[in-house]
Amino acid sequence: MTATTVDAPPPDLRLPKRRGVELSLLVCAVLIAVYGYIDVGLTKNGAVPPDAAGYGAGLGVLALLAHLAVRFRAPYADPLLLPIAVLLNGLGLVLIYRLDLETPKDQAAPTQLVWSTLGVALFIGVVILLRDHRVLQRYAYVSVAAALALMIVPIFFPAVNGAKIWIRVGGFSFQPGEFAKILLAVFFAAYLAANRNALAYTGRKIWKLQLPTGRVLGPIVAIWLLSVGVLVLERDLGTSLLFFGLFVILLYVATGRTGWIAVGLLLAAVGAFVVGSLEPHVHSRVQDWLHPFASIDAGRGPGQLAQSLFAFAAGGTLGAGLGAGDSILIGFAAKSDFILATAGEELGLSGLTAVFLLYALLVARGYRAGLALRDPFGRLLAIGLASILALQVFVIAGGVMGLIPLTGMAMPFLAQGGSSVVTNWIIVALLIRVSDSARRPQPEHVETGVIAPVVEADQ
Amino acid sequence: MIRYIRRAAGFCLLLLVALLLNAARVQVFQAEALDDNPANRRTTISRYEQKRGDIVVDGRAVTGSRDSGEQLRYERTYRQGPLYAPVTGYASQTYGTTLLEHAEDDILSGTDSMLAPLPLWNEITRSRQPGGDVVTTIEGAVQRAAYNGLGGRKGAVAAVEPSTGKILALVSSPSYDPQELSGTGKAVTGAWARLNGSPRQPMLNRAIRQTYPPGSAFKIVTAAAALDTEVVTDIEAPTRTPEPYVLPGTGTTLPNEARGCRNASLEYAIRVSCNTVMAELGVRVGMAGMLDTVQKFGFNDDGLKIPSGVSRSNFDTSMTADQLALSSIGQYDTRATPLQMAMVAAAVANGGELKSPYLVDRTTDADGDTVTRNSQKSLHQAMNPATATQLQQLMVDAVENGTGTNAAIPGVRVGGKTGTAQHGIDNTGTPYAWFISWAHENGDGQPAVAVAVVVEDASADRADISGGGSAAPIARAVMRAALAD
Repeated sequence: MTATTVDAPPPDLRLPKRRGVELSLLVCAVLIAVYGYIDVGLTKNGAVPPDAAGYGAGLGVLALLAHLAVRFRAPYADPLLLPIAVLLNGLGLVLIYRLDLETPKDQAAPTQLVWSTLGVALFIGVVILLRDHRVLQRYAYVSVAAALALMIVPIFFPAVNGAKIWIRVGGFSFQPGEFAKILLAVFFAAYLAANRNALAYTGRKIWKLQLPTGRVLGPIVAIWLLSVGVLVLERDLGTSLLFFGLFVILLYVATGRTGWIAVGLLLAAVGAFVVGSLEPHVHSRVQDWLHPFASIDAGRGPGQLAQSLFAFAAGGTLGAGLGAGDSILIGFAAKSDFILATAGEELGLSGLTAVFLLYALLVARGYRAGLALRDPFGRLLAIGLASILALQVFVIAGGVMGLIPLTGMAMPFLAQGGSSVVTNWIIVALLIRVSDSARRPQPEHVETGVIAPVVEADQ
Repeated sequence: MIRYIRRAAGFCLLLLVALLLNAARVQVFQAEALDDNPANRRTTISRYEQKRGDIVVDGRAVTGSRDSGEQLRYERTYRQGPLYAPVTGYASQTYGTTLLEHAEDDILSGTDSMLAPLPLWNEITRSRQPGGDVVTTIEGAVQRAAYNGLGGRKGAVAAVEPSTGKILALVSSPSYDPQELSGTGKAVTGAWARLNGSPRQPMLNRAIRQTYPPGSAFKIVTAAAALDTEVVTDIEAPTRTPEPYVLPGTGTTLPNEARGCRNASLEYAIRVSCNTVMAELGVRVGMAGMLDTVQKFGFNDDGLKIPSGVSRSNFDTSMTADQLALSSIGQYDTRATPLQMAMVAAAVANGGELKSPYLVDRTTDADGDTVTRNSQKSLHQAMNPATATQLQQLMVDAVENGTGTNAAIPGVRVGGKTGTAQHGIDNTGTPYAWFISWAHENGDGQPAVAVAVVVEDASADRADISGGGSAAPIARAVMRAALAD
């Protein structure tokens, strides 16, 4: 569209902000969650839960506040991110509330609601206070130091269920490794953004493999090794796998060096094999994966993975209906690591597919923001955060469904676990921020001090 | 960079596809195998999630369900458990089900497709209907009379309505309370061990699952064979049988408890229970003839269901003459369940036509609407009607003038036959006392009831143990109860 008259100024090319879309989707998300809550009550007790209105109002207010923060501080943000997060979090609360009904002595939903509120508060805080994601680039080394500290501290606390990933102070416990994910993503993104050309184009070439100079690659490999080492010491394989995947994906996106990825995967495979054969905790997980019904044959009854598979199978295509399943048979960790089994049993393959697609949509919107952004740091950060979600969903969903060996990890937003919910809200806040930058109309002038975006050959 | 981002996104898509395919694998393709895994408790949980349907006697449920508040929610309760245990069986969360609880489990637990208003829709939604009820043919008064008559002594009673085959009473004693086995846990396993370990075998259903040598009560079958094959044409004519009687092909003499059996008539032989006459008549009828008759009475049939399976009553199919002689007086390998002997009496009372015995009158859904209804079926024509008339006369004679006087009811036509069966090595065990009988009220078109009573451990001397002493009074009480209706 071009201006035809000289006098009239060209109309502003207004990109739609799509805040109205976000608001209406949020209403749907809250309604779906409240419907689930009521459905559970009707199935289990034959009555609408007395606090259904309060629950709906609480979730609605949280969603509204988050929406207002986005509307005023990140008006161009992707409209799908927040509703998906609210829906998944609301669904998670419903599933935990539903499992709470089976365990009257262990009520997890109220705590989870408090954590969710805190998560939304942090979400709002990040959206309001962080005006530009590029600020984070300056704190790359602070981030990595903090991340390492967070990962090392739990070593000094007693192990919980075989993994030393908890800090317990009084009755309060959290997993610092969860927060470390974001910090590491920030560091990887910042470092790779600054050094990607050096990584990709300098250094010696040995046969077909171009090695970067040690000066550039050294720090990143050292920090990666350190973080993975710490995790192996803490026996938290899920997070270890997550960090490795994150590192590989970001390195690939930053440099495009397929050869390194191949070498990395090879090393990972060798490492996984060695750890899997030698470390007893990991070895038993691999054995459980290969033979989920071994304990039944041995007369000890079904193990957790077998119970989880039973739950998924019981759901079938359409599911038993909320509140009508028996996933509580899984026992320990039914509300956290195995929460997906409850979704699978009570919502069926159809519901589970919907949940997976919600995650996929969340990841896709992150990638989309990454594609639209113009600064390498923002791109890498968006890809990193989205990949964290993707990998985490794959590792735990694949684990509880017998696709890969089971490693303890929280299903983002769904699973019980305060640190996880808070972390995921921060991840969504950062994605909101970068997507706002990606869709915001270009300012007329280029800010000084920022290098103009390089137009790449393959764009 | 954009190309690499796209490839990384493609990788994420790959992960998604892997997850979805795997979900379909677990939830659709392997679902059935996983559902049927014996370690999967879901089938069990859903089975006990609702109240179990009831077993009904005289229009009143003799069972119930109790909300235990545990994972397996509803537990079975029984009103008058020991009285009806041989009918209901038990429905245990630990040990499964038996008897009616087992045979009608689909109705009681609500899985029977007939209970569903829309069967196909139920297949899709996998919903379970409320449990239906099983209405039995048992009459409470008859059952109680039999149970009280045995009074805790080892033994059993079976009573049937001859004209229809309805089972009016099925009692085994000593009995047990099936409610002790309903739930789970230590109390249940303890009760199980105690009941199974008890030397008195309270969980044995003696009425249909235990066979006894029928002794002299079997002589009615032999008499039927003799009359049907025309070995005997006149029940009052001498049978030309010797006393003492030497078993054919051996040097063994067969003793008589009764006197005057030499060359006695069939009528006299039944009245006083002559061994010699009936053994010789059995031999004269011959292997083929005896086998034909016993099978028409229901012996050697291991497929009889009422709907619980009834143990096979035995008459050997290949024997020497001396074995056949002993078998013809209910000894040697001849064995019968109390229900089988009640069927013998019923066939005589019903003019030779043996009705298939059954315990379930009808099944209903939870609202009381009938799902299935059993009707009388003829099992065999056990003998000619003329033979049956003559046997009725013989049995009435035995009650009025012979060994069965204890069973007589004034004003009612009662026919009966005693039996005393020795068992154990050299017959050292306490003999079993038998009495089979039927009662036909004057003026009624149909006989009211046929009964078989066996008392195992009536600890008394030989004369008193004889069916007339121990068993006949029980039979009389049962017949009175049946006639009172």
